[in-house]
Amino acid sequence: MSSAVEQQWTTRLRKKLVVAMPASQLLPDTQPSYVASWIYVFGVTTMASLGMVILTGCVLALEGPVWWHQSSVGHYVNSLHLWSVEVFFFAMVVHLWGKYFMAAWRGKRALTWITGAVTFLVSVGAAFTGYLSQSNFDSQWISTQAKDGINSTGVGGFFNVLNLGQMLMWHIVLLPLGAVVLTGLHVLLVRYRGVVPPFEEKGAA
Amino acid sequence: MGLIGALINLDHYGHYLTWHWLNISVANLVVIVLMIAVFISALLLPFPGRAKRRSGK
Repeated sequence: MSSAVEQQWTTRLRKKLVVAMPASQLLPDTQPSYVASWIYVFGVTTMASLGMVILTGCVLALEGPVWWHQSSVGHYVNSLHLWSVEVFFFAMVVHLWGKYFMAAWRGKRALTWITGAVTFLVSVGAAFTGYLSQSNFDSQWISTQAKDGINSTGVGGFFNVLNLGQMLMWHIVLLPLGAVVLTGLHVLLVRYRGVVPPFEEKGAA
Repeated sequence: MGLIGALINLDHYGHYLTWHWLNISVANLVVIVLMIAVFISALLLPFPGRAKRRSGK
């Protein structure tokens, strides 16, 4: 290969990625024996419910508010969207507790921990803007209750909870994009560093 | 959903518990208790095939 090709950023990046993340590490056949515990299933439960949240959200986006407020199928898909969010947060909190008590930031895994924590915060924002995007009296009530608190933080100038159009865009574009990108990065980092091992028993060599 | 609706009437205002400064809805409290129960169960319940994996079979 010519030196000009060798120096291309695409070539250099590909070579780095292949070394850092070989296919066997990206999609491994097996996991260490300590992963055979129920506490390790909540990360993937969170991702599965995130998939369901996005799928039902796409259906809601296709059909629109009149459909989800007035038709029985719309009510059903709206409920699926809500309950998959409930499962998402439930599983994510149990995952968070599990990783906290394992001190999962050990072994150069700080960035894995940080991306997970930021994903949690972004998801809270996505859930909040979801409440504001229902387009009913409930969303009006929540937005008027939230406005003073949000405005007191100083972000009200570009995050106006009384602006339904802006809140809807945060809910269906910016925050889901952030949550999905961060989740992808989080999973890649788990693959890169591996699943954190348990603490060694006291007195063990 | 109709069956669940028949068993539990969800068509009413939420119930709240108040203790000094703490004010929490029963629904939120139930979810928190369930999360703690699931967390403890996940630590204690045996995972299917765990012994087999450890023995390397």
